[in-house]
Amino acid sequence: MTTTQAPVAPAQQNTSTDITVEVVYRGIFQKTLAQRICRGVVLAARKSGHPGTAFARYGDSPERNGVPAKQFAVVAADDTQLEASMARYEPSVVDVTVAVDDTLVKGVESWAWYGRQPIWKPTKADGFVIVTSDKSPDEVLAQTDKAERPYTLAIVPGGASFAGLWVYKDDHTDWRVLGAIAKVAPEWLPLQQVKALVREQTKDETAVASVQFGHDATVFRPVAVGEGTSGHEVLQFEKPGWTTMRPGIVVDARKPGERNPFYKKYGARTQRPVVNFDTCIKCTMCWLDCPDECFEVTPTGHYEVVYEACIGCGICAQVCPVKDCIVMVDELKFDENQDKWQLWQKDRAAYNAWFEQKSGVSAEPKSKAAAAATGGDD
Amino acid sequence: MAVEVKATPTTEVETEQLLTGCEAIAEAIRLADVDVMAAYPIRPYDGVMQAAAKLIANGKMDVEYIVADGEHSQFEIVKHASAVGSRVFVGSSGVGWFYAFEAIAVTAGLRLPVVAICGNRALDDPGAFGTEHNDSLAVRDLGWLLPWAETAQESMDLALMAWRVAEDKRVSLPIAIGLDGAFLTHSQQPVKVPTKAAVDAFLPKYDLGDRLLHPDNPITIAPQVDQDWLMEIRRQNDAAMRKALTVITEAHADFKRIFGRGGDSPFLDEYMTDDAEVVFFGQGTLALPMKVAIRRLRAQGHKVGLVRLKWFRPFPTQEIVKSLTRFKAVGVIDRDYSFGSPFYGGVLYNEVRSALYSQTKRPTVVGFIAGLGGREIEQPMANEIFEKTMAAGRGDLSVGDQCHWIGVRD
Repeated sequence: MTTTQAPVAPAQQNTSTDITVEVVYRGIFQKTLAQRICRGVVLAARKSGHPGTAFARYGDSPERNGVPAKQFAVVAADDTQLEASMARYEPSVVDVTVAVDDTLVKGVESWAWYGRQPIWKPTKADGFVIVTSDKSPDEVLAQTDKAERPYTLAIVPGGASFAGLWVYKDDHTDWRVLGAIAKVAPEWLPLQQVKALVREQTKDETAVASVQFGHDATVFRPVAVGEGTSGHEVLQFEKPGWTTMRPGIVVDARKPGERNPFYKKYGARTQRPVVNFDTCIKCTMCWLDCPDECFEVTPTGHYEVVYEACIGCGICAQVCPVKDCIVMVDELKFDENQDKWQLWQKDRAAYNAWFEQKSGVSAEPKSKAAAAATGGDD
Repeated sequence: MAVEVKATPTTEVETEQLLTGCEAIAEAIRLADVDVMAAYPIRPYDGVMQAAAKLIANGKMDVEYIVADGEHSQFEIVKHASAVGSRVFVGSSGVGWFYAFEAIAVTAGLRLPVVAICGNRALDDPGAFGTEHNDSLAVRDLGWLLPWAETAQESMDLALMAWRVAEDKRVSLPIAIGLDGAFLTHSQQPVKVPTKAAVDAFLPKYDLGDRLLHPDNPITIAPQVDQDWLMEIRRQNDAAMRKALTVITEAHADFKRIFGRGGDSPFLDEYMTDDAEVVFFGQGTLALPMKVAIRRLRAQGHKVGLVRLKWFRPFPTQEIVKSLTRFKAVGVIDRDYSFGSPFYGGVLYNEVRSALYSQTKRPTVVGFIAGLGGREIEQPMANEIFEKTMAAGRGDLSVGDQCHWIGVRD
C-alpha cells in the first residue's frame, strides 16, 4: 500500500491508494473457501465504488492436496491505481495475510518450490496476519517465525474449514473471515457493506450474523520484532544468471540413497506420524507404502520417519497393522523436525513419555495375546 | 542387432559414387560412426532409411537402428539417446515432421545435438510429395540450425559439418538439413565419398561432458522452472545460436582444408555475381534452373547472378548485407509461403528485407513465390523473375516492394 493521497475519497477516511489481501490455504480442500473470501473482499469494496481484482497464484495450479496455496484480492481507489497490481503472479507486499488453517503459520511452501517462507513474509510492517484457530494467540505465535517487522496477529475463532467444498457442510468460515477483514481494514471494507453483500448473496440472516460474529470475536495480539519461534529452518538460495547456469536445463540430482537437502515437504503437513517403536513389529508396511519414501531403516530394523520429507498424508498410520503404533498428531504440537529413533534408542522411558504426551495414547506394549490378535509378534 | 562390421582396409581411398541425396546422407551416417538412428517412413526422407538399412544389411555399417511407431516416438528416441551420450541421426518430411513437433521443440530447449534431415515436402492436405520448405521453416524460431543443400555432394558435406557444429559445446543445438524432395533426395549425382580417416580427422568424438545422463553422473534434465528460470534458459539458447556463426565458420575452414571442398563462404554460394547488377536469391535446388537461366541471360548481355543461401539458421545477416548491398535489385525466390505476412511474401523474402532495413545503400528487394509443391521452375518462369527484378532495379514501383507468384495458373 502506498501512502499517496487517493484521488477519490472512499467511504471512510482513507489515505492509501490500494489494499491487498492474501488468503493462504490448503490446496484443493480450501480452494473454494479462499475464493469466496477474495471475491467477497472485491465485491464488498465495489459497493464503495472501488474497483478490484481477485486471482489465484498461477504457480499453485493445479493444486495438490494439502499443499499451501494462495489467492489474492486487490482493491484500489480507482482503475488507474489498480493497474499497478494487475498482470502479476503474486503481490510481493500485502496489507493483510489470512491463513485459514493455523498449521500454516509454520511456514508456507508451494508445490512449485520457492522455499519455505514465514507466513508473514509478504505482510507489510504494521499489517495484519489473520488466522482461523481454536488456539490462543500466544499458542499460534509460538509456532510462527520470529517477526522481522511488527504486525498484528488476529485470531478468528474456528478450525481449519473445508467450507465451500461440495462435499462439506458450510460453516460460515468465509463470512467470519470477511467480518475479521472488515475489522482490520474498515476504510476499505466497512462492516455494513460486507453485511449488505452477504445479505444479497445468501438471503440468509444467519450468514450476516456470522459476519458480525467474525468482526466482534476476532482477537488482536500485537507482535513486536523478535517475537515468535526461531525453530523453523530458513533456506536461501541464489538464482544464477544465464552466464553462470549450466546449459541444457541441467541440475544436480541426488546420488542413490541421498536425500535432497533443498526439497522439504513439511509445509503440506497438518498432522505428523509419531511411532511407538516398542510395539513396532518391523513388518515394513509403512516403509513400503509411504508415497514419499519418508521412512529410513534403523540399525535395529525399525522404521523412523524423516520428518523433513513427510507431508503428513497418514497412509503409514492407515497401513500399520498394530493399533496405536503409528499415531497422527496435530502438527502445531511440534516445533522441530528431528528424527526420533535415536532418542528412543538412548532413553526409552523419555521417548515413551514424549510419545504419550504428544499422541495422547499409551506407549505400553499390549499383551502377547492382544499383539497376536492384530497379527503382530512383539 | 549385432552386425559384424568388416575391418576398414588400411588402403582405404576416397571414391566417387553415383548417389542420391538420401544415399549420400546414409554414407555420412556410416562415416560419422553414428550410434543410434530412429526411423519411421515418409517420403521423401525414407530414402535415407532404406539406404542406411542396406548399408547395415551389407555389413558396412553398425548403428542401433530403431524403427519407431511414429514420428513423435522417433524424435523422442534420438533426443534421449543423445542425452545418454550417443551420436544420433533422425529425419522426416512434411506432416511427419509436424507429427514430431513436440519432441522437435523440446530438443532445442534441451540443447541436445540431434542431427536430422528434413526431406522437404509439401504439407498435406491436399496430398503432394514435391518440395516446399514450410516443414523445415516451421522450426525456424525454436533453436534448430537449418542449412539447405543444393547437390548430393553438399548433402553429405553438410551432414558431416552438422555433427561437428551441433556437438560443439559452444553450440550444442539440434540441426535439420533441408533436402528438396525428389530433386535432391531421389536424384543421383556423382559424390566424392571421403575416407573414414579423413572424416575422423574432421569430426571429434561426441562428448557431452558433465551433462551426460548417466548413473555415475546423477543429474536432472529439464525440471519445472517457471518464470524464475525460463528467461535465462532462453537467453542461453540465443547465445548458442549466435555462437554457431563462429563455429560454422571454423568448421567450414577445417572442412575445406581436409576435403578440399565447400566454397569461399560458409554461408553463401555466389554464382556470376562479380559484375552483376541484379541477383536472384534463394536456397536449395532452385539454384540449379536459375543458374541455367543466368548463363542464357548472360549470353544475351544481361549482368545477372545468383546468391544461394546455405544456412538459414543462424541467419548470416552480416554476410548477406555485405553481399546484397552490391546490387541494384535482388529477386528473392521462396519455395515456401507465409500467408498474411508483410507484403504477402515468403519467409526468406521478409528475412532478407529485414536484414537490409538499416542499410543506407540497399537494393530493391522483390519477392517471388515459385516452385510450390515441387513444381519445376522452367525457363519462362526464370525469365519472368529476371524481368521483374530488372524492372525493380530501374525503380519501377509497380514491381518492387511486393511479392509475385510465378508459374501459377490464373
